[in-house]
Amino acid sequence: MKLDAKIPQGPLEEKWFNYKKTARLVNPANRKKLDVIVVGTGLAGSSLAASLGEMGYNVKAFCFQDTPRRAHSVAAQGGVNAAKNYKNDGDSVYRMFVDTLKGGDFRAREANVYRLAECSLNLIDQAVAQGVPFGREYGGYLNNRSFGGVQVSRTFYARGQTGQQLLLGTYQALMRQVDKKTVQLFSSHEMLDIVTIDGKARGVVVRNLETGEIEKHSAHAVVLATGGFGKIYYLSTLAMGCNGSAIWRAHKKGAYFASPSWTQIHPTSLPQSGDYQSKLTLMSESLRNDGRIWVPKKADDTREANDIPEEERDYYLERRYPAFGNLAPRDISSRAAKERIDAGHGVGPLKNAVYLDFSKAIKEQGQPKIAEKYGNLFRMYEKITGINAYKEPMKISPAAHFSMGGLWVDYELMTTIPGLFALGEANFADHGANRLGANSLLQASVDGYFIAPYTIANYLADQIRVGKISTDHPEFDKVIKENQDKIDQLLNIKGDKSVDYYHKKLGKLLYDYCGLARTAEGLTFAIEEIKKLRDEFYKNVYVPGENDTMNAELEKAGRVADYLEIGVLMCYDALTRNESCGAHFREEFQTEEGEAERNDNEFQYISAWEWPGSLDKEPILNKEELKFEFVQPTIRSYK
Amino acid sequence: MKLHLKIWRQKNRKAQGQLVNYTLENVNPHMSFLEMLDTLNEQLIVNKEEPVEFDHDCREGICGQCGVVINGNAHGPLENTTTCQLHMREFKDGETVLIEPFRAKGFPVKKDLKVDRSAFDRIISAGGYVSVNTGQAPEANTIPVSHETAEAAFDSAACIGCGACVATCKNGSAALFTSAKITQLAILPQSQEERKERALKMIAQMDAEDFGHCSNTEACEVECPQGISVLNIARMNYEYNRASFLKFKK
Repeated sequence: MKLDAKIPQGPLEEKWFNYKKTARLVNPANRKKLDVIVVGTGLAGSSLAASLGEMGYNVKAFCFQDTPRRAHSVAAQGGVNAAKNYKNDGDSVYRMFVDTLKGGDFRAREANVYRLAECSLNLIDQAVAQGVPFGREYGGYLNNRSFGGVQVSRTFYARGQTGQQLLLGTYQALMRQVDKKTVQLFSSHEMLDIVTIDGKARGVVVRNLETGEIEKHSAHAVVLATGGFGKIYYLSTLAMGCNGSAIWRAHKKGAYFASPSWTQIHPTSLPQSGDYQSKLTLMSESLRNDGRIWVPKKADDTREANDIPEEERDYYLERRYPAFGNLAPRDISSRAAKERIDAGHGVGPLKNAVYLDFSKAIKEQGQPKIAEKYGNLFRMYEKITGINAYKEPMKISPAAHFSMGGLWVDYELMTTIPGLFALGEANFADHGANRLGANSLLQASVDGYFIAPYTIANYLADQIRVGKISTDHPEFDKVIKENQDKIDQLLNIKGDKSVDYYHKKLGKLLYDYCGLARTAEGLTFAIEEIKKLRDEFYKNVYVPGENDTMNAELEKAGRVADYLEIGVLMCYDALTRNESCGAHFREEFQTEEGEAERNDNEFQYISAWEWPGSLDKEPILNKEELKFEFVQPTIRSYK
Repeated sequence: MKLHLKIWRQKNRKAQGQLVNYTLENVNPHMSFLEMLDTLNEQLIVNKEEPVEFDHDCREGICGQCGVVINGNAHGPLENTTTCQLHMREFKDGETVLIEPFRAKGFPVKKDLKVDRSAFDRIISAGGYVSVNTGQAPEANTIPVSHETAEAAFDSAACIGCGACVATCKNGSAALFTSAKITQLAILPQSQEERKERALKMIAQMDAEDFGHCSNTEACEVECPQGISVLNIARMNYEYNRASFLKFKK
């Protein structure tokens, strides 16, 4: 299939304006005749559901959590970017666009990225009006801080809980619409599949997680705002329930999957301490504003951090990237940490960490100032590790974090299935091969508040005459049966290994072969190993309990079954991209200094994978060529 | 470490529950409390027994999904800490640990340690918002908010909606939860227009749910993972009286 991104004509600054000028509209009286299903209630899903409800559409919103306020957007700590230039430090929409495009190593669409920067201005206005308590200066105006990969202060924050506060703002907007009955909310419901009729998305099949009942819901358009799938690595910064099942099942119904191997490995998470561990807690990147990262110069140094004199410390980010220092972008910082750890300079009991040291900042600014900025993070660090980071450096290490990849979408955020949209982290759109810090809250929010309400209306304008979609259509029952059979299959294997056993094995394979560094040999090996693991899973997994009750193991089994398929596609994606870019680092393609070596002649495209119809066949690669009309790709340097 | 666990097991909303004893060996003191439960479940699964259902998601103290009563304390022995942030180093080798769901009339048990907290959603949807549609907002710096006001609003807004305040209250009162949202929006200039109606509607909804009254024992503040102050409750009472008075005057 020829991929058409549907990018509007005209100069960069006018594309979104031109799109809105000509987009079709739906008359207010007709909106209540149109049904929209939104799956996922994080920032993207809640903001869209609320906005569509306000406009008068009939909305159904689904989430697997027991309330929308728990969606994983809640956990984002540091902030949200916007090019307000309140600091008068030379920021602008254009500069933010260039920073984001460059941060993504020139593997994103110019038009999308520009729109992201442009809409950032309105987002801050909207959030403030909702009562989001952003940090303020003493004069009462909004404050900013700086994040990785940029040289201006454009990050708005609410202490270390920015994601929570933004999410609560949009959750409240959503609950207001629930009260007005424009939105029907289905908490504790997990989407099992989408339903397509005559090639268009027409509904979903969901499982009520308390009763096990499988329900069918129809609509004129379906939106997936189901987040990222970094939890595929098992150990990650994500919540335990984060999963790739909704987008994967849509992929198997015809939606292309873009750049699945581009996973951001976050540099500042807490290191693994044992086999029992279930997640790696993130420490906000904002800490790198005042924290300095170092390892001992001597390999296998067993001294305590405070016993190592200044001249025997290697501040390797400051050494390698003097222009950005400790604020080098995430992919580069993570890789630099791995390089030092692999060379034997890692610290901590498992030698898998580096130091993040605040002693200089505390000396210069005083402990109260540092506590005001990061107090909750220092407290969290102490709760988890028992260590007071005001007295000795934190130990941090890289962990799987964000999926730059996701469902392929055009400029309208529509997938290759007409009527199926993907928003936020569930799509691939704006971050290229590496996301800049504080751009994820931004992307999720603007997709939901400011972009999809226009583009979905443009699609729905055609749908007024269709009439109500009936769930009596045989396709609904067919999809229900397929999913019921799959559940029965999982429950009836009755093997002797837990679901987590397989998830941990898969995560280890992906960290080793499709993580911070990849090789053709390793990826080929991993594809075979994951396939073997998948076969074993279907022979030997034990899923206890029944379907007609709360059954967390059954939920996990469905998600891990999908992960075992997604993992293979990630490896194919990494294997076929013979270059290094952003988070994707192929050891065969690096400069003499160990930096990523991009190949724009052959790989200046987005890989959009097509489901081949069965697991026995190789996935089919489609390419969306990227054209750079306004900014010429350069070698990304933070030196 | 070795632990003796007494865990509440209940098949569904209607079934009668009971405490069941388990023994868990090889508990690592660095494990989180939920990782200890993971380990127990792994053991149960291998022995073909049904694992314990418990709520959890982010495991970093912010989503508000986890929460059990441990030895009689909501979220366990530490003050201002969620269950997921509690580590086994707080327990002793050979200790018996009693684990129950959050118990309150307003939080019916769904299964084992999972409870239904949807009443909180209904309290928010009764008025815990600012009525601003997408696109209506003025430029963000149009209305300054003093540093102190923003910080105070944040202190109230930090609530994670876990329900420990209700679980720990002898009356099963949701006063701390409700008052935190009322206070946040009562002090910010952006949310003044609906201040009176908001307080009246949210409190009416709180009363309509199965929550008890606040009798100022201040137990909620001790267990609140975000340390939300009971002064929010005083503020809520003030807002209620103010709104009632102004309504009466009109």
